[in-house]
Amino acid sequence: MKRFFLLAPLALFIVLGGYFVAGLKRDPMRIPSVLIDRPLPAIELDAIEGFEKGFSSRDIEGEVALVNIFGSWCASCVIEHPMLMEIAASGEVVIVGIDWKDPKGAGALWLRKNGNPYHFVGDDAAGRTAIDLGVTGAPETFVVDANGRIRYKHVGPVTPEVWRYQLRPLVRQLKELEYDVEDDDVEG
Amino acid sequence: MSRARLLALILVFLSAAPAGQAVEPDEILANGALEARARTISRELRCVVCQSQSIDDSNAPLAKDMRIIVRERLVAGDSDDQVLKFMVDRYGDYVLLKPPVQRNTIFLWMAPVIIFLIASGAAGAYLVGVKRADDLAGDDPSDDWDGDEPRDRADSAPRDNVAKASKQES
Repeated sequence: MKRFFLLAPLALFIVLGGYFVAGLKRDPMRIPSVLIDRPLPAIELDAIEGFEKGFSSRDIEGEVALVNIFGSWCASCVIEHPMLMEIAASGEVVIVGIDWKDPKGAGALWLRKNGNPYHFVGDDAAGRTAIDLGVTGAPETFVVDANGRIRYKHVGPVTPEVWRYQLRPLVRQLKELEYDVEDDDVEG
Repeated sequence: MSRARLLALILVFLSAAPAGQAVEPDEILANGALEARARTISRELRCVVCQSQSIDDSNAPLAKDMRIIVRERLVAGDSDDQVLKFMVDRYGDYVLLKPPVQRNTIFLWMAPVIIFLIASGAAGAYLVGVKRADDLAGDDPSDDWDGDEPRDRADSAPRDNVAKASKQES
């Protein structure tokens, strides 16, 4: 009994210390999104300057899509941009760009300079859509399934590793599901 | 630099210190009651960029957008709880600076009480143990050390010293 009282504080210290050490290694910027598995909020955004069409959430109905938050002011967006261009060139998935809090014309200029990987670009100068999506910073990338549900959110640049090991497997899996559903429809 | 000038300089720097709020004039509502509610709500919402500040304190552009939305919701007739729920629906409980009492936070809220009970239990058990040891050793005069001199010597203390100690006890 006496030994128990002697060792209990030590055990408590070790357990708490373990939690604290583990906590140090966690990235505090990585906030779990509450939107996972919830429908993509209704979005209606105008086109950015010099672009013909904007983006409406109805544009990607029935399609697996990546929704990418970017801005010409965003340093990490430059890092992920070549990867997005590569994904766009592969034609593997529809990519939507949401130009977040950019001054008029800045986003369009940036896309002209760096290339445009997006099928749709919406102008979110007011930042409302970003808040509806629970965005905490740019870049962020959502994976939306064919039923319009958000399935995954990646915070930070889409590096080749992120695409290869996280986003692409999920996109492929969601596309297979989509085909399965269509097959069922044909049979029924 | 003269002392007066130095003092003036210090005053200038002190007066430039942040006032502790970031609300800009163009955000403030004309309706004073609504504005007061907006301020209270803003102090409860975390700035998700800077994380340790409320949106009322933060100069981040996202915090400004959130403050404006808080005011818009209030003008549209939302209750305080509805405004908070609007933000929680988008950013999760994380956006609340004070975690709500619910199933996954109950341990957090109860932890101080639990730790207090464990500590009082341990302290109580320890004190009971000391008392019992005292009671058992009660007949042993050598244990009634009056603290005037080192304990070692009490064992071989002369008779009158022991008498003094037992007198003190009674």
